[in-house]
Amino acid sequence: MAGAKIKIGAEDNNNRRSATSVMPSFFSQAPVSNPMGTEANGTQSSRLPDYGVLEQYMGFRVGDPSGISQSPRFTSAADGQLSGADLHSQAFNMTRPSTSTLFPGSQVIQFHKSLAPMPNIVSGSNAQHENWGDSNMADSSSRTDTSTDAEPGDKNLQFEMGQSAAVVISDSTDKSKERNQDQKTQRRLAQNREAARKSRLRKKAYVQQLENSRMKLTQLEQEVQRARQQGVYITSTADQSHTGSANGVLAFDAEYARWMEEQHRLINELRTAVNSHTNDVELRNIVNNAITHFNDVFRLKGNGAKADVFHILLGMWKTPAERCFLWIGGFRPSELLKLLVNQLEPLSEQQLTGIFNLQQSSHQAEDALSQGMDALQQSLGETLATGSSGAEGSSGNVANYMGQMAMAMGKLGTLEGFIRQADNLRQQTLQQMHRILTTKQSARALLLINDYFSRLRALSSLWLARPQES
Amino acid sequence: MERVRDLASKKAVVIFTKSSCFMCHSIKALFYDLGASPAVHELDQDTKGREMEWALKGLGCNPTVPAVFIGGVFVGSSKDIISLHVEGSLKQMLINAKAIWF
Repeated sequence: MAGAKIKIGAEDNNNRRSATSVMPSFFSQAPVSNPMGTEANGTQSSRLPDYGVLEQYMGFRVGDPSGISQSPRFTSAADGQLSGADLHSQAFNMTRPSTSTLFPGSQVIQFHKSLAPMPNIVSGSNAQHENWGDSNMADSSSRTDTSTDAEPGDKNLQFEMGQSAAVVISDSTDKSKERNQDQKTQRRLAQNREAARKSRLRKKAYVQQLENSRMKLTQLEQEVQRARQQGVYITSTADQSHTGSANGVLAFDAEYARWMEEQHRLINELRTAVNSHTNDVELRNIVNNAITHFNDVFRLKGNGAKADVFHILLGMWKTPAERCFLWIGGFRPSELLKLLVNQLEPLSEQQLTGIFNLQQSSHQAEDALSQGMDALQQSLGETLATGSSGAEGSSGNVANYMGQMAMAMGKLGTLEGFIRQADNLRQQTLQQMHRILTTKQSARALLLINDYFSRLRALSSLWLARPQES
Repeated sequence: MERVRDLASKKAVVIFTKSSCFMCHSIKALFYDLGASPAVHELDQDTKGREMEWALKGLGCNPTVPAVFIGGVFVGSSKDIISLHVEGSLKQMLINAKAIWF
């Protein structure tokens, strides 16, 4: 008996075409109601070729009247096809399949040999199958009748398929043609499987590549850290020209790197303590350690500023993104408080007032210092701008020039004082914040601050590493 | 020293500065921002400037300018002022000295 396997490859989630064989409930007789539908009875009848027509050609009822329910039974076998025996024994019991395994898209329809000599109705394009599947899933309510199905594209497809099936059936019922179709389908399935496999391999290779790059990146970072510690001066910009006290700069960079490591250690200790809900006394110790550790960096910066004020002022020791938001050689305390306050809830009334006042005070101090810096810049500009145009004689000019330079040098000298006061402001703000908050809140604040700067640094690295078109 | 004390007692807030000092500019700006009207004496414009600076150094003011007196009492230099302000104490001192009212 001629028969065709009915097999529909269902896709799992997104685009993977694994050949799953399903048993659609094609065999109900009455209105050709839907087999491939999932939800409602009798709804997706238009999805399948018109079995009424097929029945006529086949000359026998497609299906056993007795045990038929409306939904298809899906057996999934990656490669398998339903054998005749399977079909007979299982086929006509339709149980509701789980919708998740149903078609997001169906690929191949082959009719089981024992059923009818229906050659496969595979359309050339998988996309069409997908549509089919999708609309099956999506539309469960409106189908009652094959021919009045409202979805245009799919409908055409199904109709076409139905037609081609009918046509094909009428053309050939002999086994060899059927076997050819069978083979073609097999080939197509195999190709699909091959393509899927290749794509999985490609994905695997890509992921492997990413992992390798990541490891390389961490290795490089470690190297840089180590080199820094050994006093090798590594700039984060291409500009290597540093005049004067290069030693001081090297020393600062090395010490700063050490400070960062210690800071990471303290932060990790803090994070562990917070996550493991350590007792308050213990936590307070750890928090205090972290806060006082900040004092070290301000001291380092003071020394660094003595050696090379511009190195500190311009944040040459920081990443570019951090440098962008620099205020007198470091972070702006009021900004930091602003970032923290929303994430430190719940705060008591008193705490809120305290934090608000702290924000205001630090902001006022920042403004004052900024005004001083502005005045310095203006004055420096005036000093350098007064040029002597009179041709008194070269010595006179030189004397003027030297006088100008001396004055300018004096003014530049005050920069160190500004850095010192700015750092003082930062230190005082951190300590005052610590006084206002509870131990747990302080711990959280320190972690938040650390995370913020970590992300800013990471952002800098990402930015520098981004692919650029020439 | 006397001159310093004398001048310091004349007004609620007295600041000794130098015209070339930009940090003094900052501290002055801070007091203006708070609503106080400090009396400013520039040491480099004063004939007795050098002695006064010496006296301020004796009081422990480092750097010697700006030197801030509130209610006739020596408070400190820029670092002290900023620390007090962040703590929240500066405002209270100004209120106590009747330099500001709120």
